[in-house]
Amino acid sequence: MAATKVVVDPITRIEGHLRIEAQAEGGRITNAWAHSTQFRGIEIVMQGRDPRDAWAFTQRICGVCTVVHAVASCRAVEDALDITIPPNANLIRNLIHGMQFIQDHVIHFYHLHALDWVDVISALSADPAGTARIAKSISPWPNNSETYFKAVQDRVKQFASGGQLGIFTNGYWGHPAYKLPAEVNLLAVAHYLEALDWQRDVIRVHTIFGGKNPHPNFLVGGMASAINLDGTATINAEKLIDIQGMIRRARVFVEQVYWPDLVAIAGFYKDWAAIGGGVPNFLAVGEFPQGDVRDIEKLYFPRGIILDKDLSKVHPYDHKLVKEYITSSWYQYAGGDGVGLHPWEGETKPVYSGPKPPYEFLQDQQKYTWMKAPRYEGKPMQVGPLSRMLVAYASGHEGAKELVGAALGKLNVGPAALFSTLGRTAARGIETVLLARQMEVWFGQLIDRIKSGDTRTFEKSKWEPSSWPATAEGYGYLDAPRGALGHWVQIANGKISRYQCVVPSTWNCSPRDGQGQMGPYEAALTDHHPLLKPDEPLEILRTIHSFDPCMSCGVHVLDATGAPIVEVKVQ
Amino acid sequence: MNLLTQQPALAGETLGERLQSRGVSRRDFLEFCGRLAVVLGLGELAGPRLAHALQSVRRPSVIWIQLQECTGCVESVLRTVEPTIGNLLLEMVSLDYSHTIMAAAGHQAEAALQKAMQDNAGKYLLIVTGSIPLADGGVYTTIGGRTAKAVLEEAAHGAAAIVAVGACAHWGSVQAARPNPTGAVGVSEVIKDKPVINVTGCPPIGDVVTATVAHFLTFNRLPATDSDGRPLFAYGKRIHDQCPRRAHFDAGQYVEVFDDENARKGWCLYHVGCKGPATFSPCPIFQWNGGTSWPIGAGHPCIGCTERNFWDTMSPFYDRLPDVGGFGVERTVDIMGAALAIGATAGVAAHAIATGVHQARLRRQLPVIPDGKE
Repeated sequence: MAATKVVVDPITRIEGHLRIEAQAEGGRITNAWAHSTQFRGIEIVMQGRDPRDAWAFTQRICGVCTVVHAVASCRAVEDALDITIPPNANLIRNLIHGMQFIQDHVIHFYHLHALDWVDVISALSADPAGTARIAKSISPWPNNSETYFKAVQDRVKQFASGGQLGIFTNGYWGHPAYKLPAEVNLLAVAHYLEALDWQRDVIRVHTIFGGKNPHPNFLVGGMASAINLDGTATINAEKLIDIQGMIRRARVFVEQVYWPDLVAIAGFYKDWAAIGGGVPNFLAVGEFPQGDVRDIEKLYFPRGIILDKDLSKVHPYDHKLVKEYITSSWYQYAGGDGVGLHPWEGETKPVYSGPKPPYEFLQDQQKYTWMKAPRYEGKPMQVGPLSRMLVAYASGHEGAKELVGAALGKLNVGPAALFSTLGRTAARGIETVLLARQMEVWFGQLIDRIKSGDTRTFEKSKWEPSSWPATAEGYGYLDAPRGALGHWVQIANGKISRYQCVVPSTWNCSPRDGQGQMGPYEAALTDHHPLLKPDEPLEILRTIHSFDPCMSCGVHVLDATGAPIVEVKVQ
Repeated sequence: MNLLTQQPALAGETLGERLQSRGVSRRDFLEFCGRLAVVLGLGELAGPRLAHALQSVRRPSVIWIQLQECTGCVESVLRTVEPTIGNLLLEMVSLDYSHTIMAAAGHQAEAALQKAMQDNAGKYLLIVTGSIPLADGGVYTTIGGRTAKAVLEEAAHGAAAIVAVGACAHWGSVQAARPNPTGAVGVSEVIKDKPVINVTGCPPIGDVVTATVAHFLTFNRLPATDSDGRPLFAYGKRIHDQCPRRAHFDAGQYVEVFDDENARKGWCLYHVGCKGPATFSPCPIFQWNGGTSWPIGAGHPCIGCTERNFWDTMSPFYDRLPDVGGFGVERTVDIMGAALAIGATAGVAAHAIATGVHQARLRRQLPVIPDGKE
């Protein structure tokens, strides 16, 4: 039997433009290609700008993980200018970034990923009393009543009976890969709706400290929101209490809705703990400084590398061992396609060589994507929640050990189950629980500092360009919801002379390198991966969504003289 | 987004009937319509007319396409805060295509788009986020193997009107900043034969998007705009004229460096780069995330993101705007304003409305989230 060529474009329920091509035979995926089909070139736009503006430009790389590039950019410029931000500013950034993780992961689970596992139409035939029984058995959440689930079901029934399905049109309803009982489907649909209300409440932490969400404001040297308990237009007790409430509501929802739902649903899909593992190497750059950002020993999520699924050893990470390849990417290197270059030597030029649009297939092309292929010591790496939790688990992080152990116990599976599509989805939930708890610690520390009389949020000594050296360079790392991120900046005469980002989705969505090694998406899709109906690619969506793709394009650019201006691979 | 919490119309059912079946009282609905009428600049007396129109409208198709962008505009609409009645606003529509949240992918998604365009030819509202990269034959953004330009042209063909949401769809935004490597342009550069309205900002406030859609569905036309296609009900006033810190500007009380004593008093941010004097925006009126705050309210200067070319014309963001006079020398500011927009009306009335709306929004109930048991 010949292989069937499969194209899924657009991959929906993600950020950005992603195309997946595959070949399937006998209900299995035999080959796969990941294609990034958007390029924006923000990096070239940044040359010659004021480095204090860089956070705003790079923030617009992504409106979903809307704080990660801004914070990484501030850290890079602060590193270059040798600025140490006040402890309050670091705590505020942790609270903003922590809430970004929590809100983003919950939205991902319910609104982007759930429909891969949850059959909305099946929920119509559920017994609401049964749903309430299941819900009460796993959580004390106050809405777990038969009346409540009946009301949700009636609403969905009316929706379906109208014949206009809106965003649910042409879903894969009734597909044999859906395994949940109707009652659990109803539970998930109810929480899909509740999470919509929840997310727009808790994210207001960004609005209070940063003025708005999406795209809250940041500041090189600290934060712009001054603290004055007696001011009307400043961070005062009223605003702090509002934030405290959001932090509490975030934790309660995560503990009583998201995490119990995730474990319950995972119990019906344990076969996915042996599917879609893919690349066996995991990289975490670490996140949430609990002191100076340069003190990596004090990161809440530790830094490190796991190789070949071996949890007995955590390897150190050295960014100098990263090289990038363009064998399969729409770029040219002066030295030819065979070489790999460290980002600092980044010599890159976008040259589209694909078919003229409209096109049917890209899988027969040597070059097939705008993503480059970053490799660590020549190896592809997965990044994201699973990498962070594996590194934390293997490093002896107490919270991670406790929750990973509890999850494995509840599902009655061993640690090997982590290396899978289900493992990535579970790890996202685990780290959300950890952060939902840790937010209260950071908030308490902020309150204690204010109590002690320290209200500083900004370090002003290096604000004026006249205080800067003629040239400077800096590195800002950050482990974002979707994985390891780095910004590198070089400053000359007060302006950006070079700017570079290496982002999570470039690692995960990377194409084949010169050795023929697939990137993580591609490798996962070909690792014991089913595809029952090639024309209804539900299983492909499961594995791709387990990475939470954020595609807004990745690029390295040269100027006309051939000198590297600036390089960015964008999440 | 809130569509997800909604029910569609049954055959022949009107919004009024749907509201009743969902237990929303007529009083709540009328109160909302009155507030919406003020927001739209129609005056409170237009409330009953708005209510009548909304209740008569059948649930039309809305198609939302995403081109070269960051998805921040979609996220912003996700944050729309109208816990009951705002959802009903969106309930008037059937969102038949949306990359970010639709269940279907690949050819099932494209089939949904084709069907919605055919079934509602000439009648659907098209929402566009993202810019259109025209350089090099459009290879810098493709969807389903087709260029962003081809996708837009096809979707625009049968649209009744187009709402260009966000700075990218308006004029290209960050990827169109100097030197615009991909040749990114806004919707109105590509589509010339349809009404296009620019609900701009990076991103715009979600509530402004939903109010614009409501206006179209109620009056079968887009709201009045300024010379740059921005709806006057939201972009008709300059931030500087509505700013709660304006009194400090007039009194010469400025933040000189972030976190100084003046910052802790909430003084004017003009000296640290605020672009409020050159920016027409709904921020001070609508505020963000359910009236929680806004950039200046959180101590950061406005970067002017509702203005065309702001990445180039408003940066460096922390440099002081030139030629903005202080108290008694308002003329410069007014000339600047006149050059930037047509249709700015008398400040006193505007301020009265703005204040009223602002207070109404502050009073509005935020989403009810159960606290749960500890």
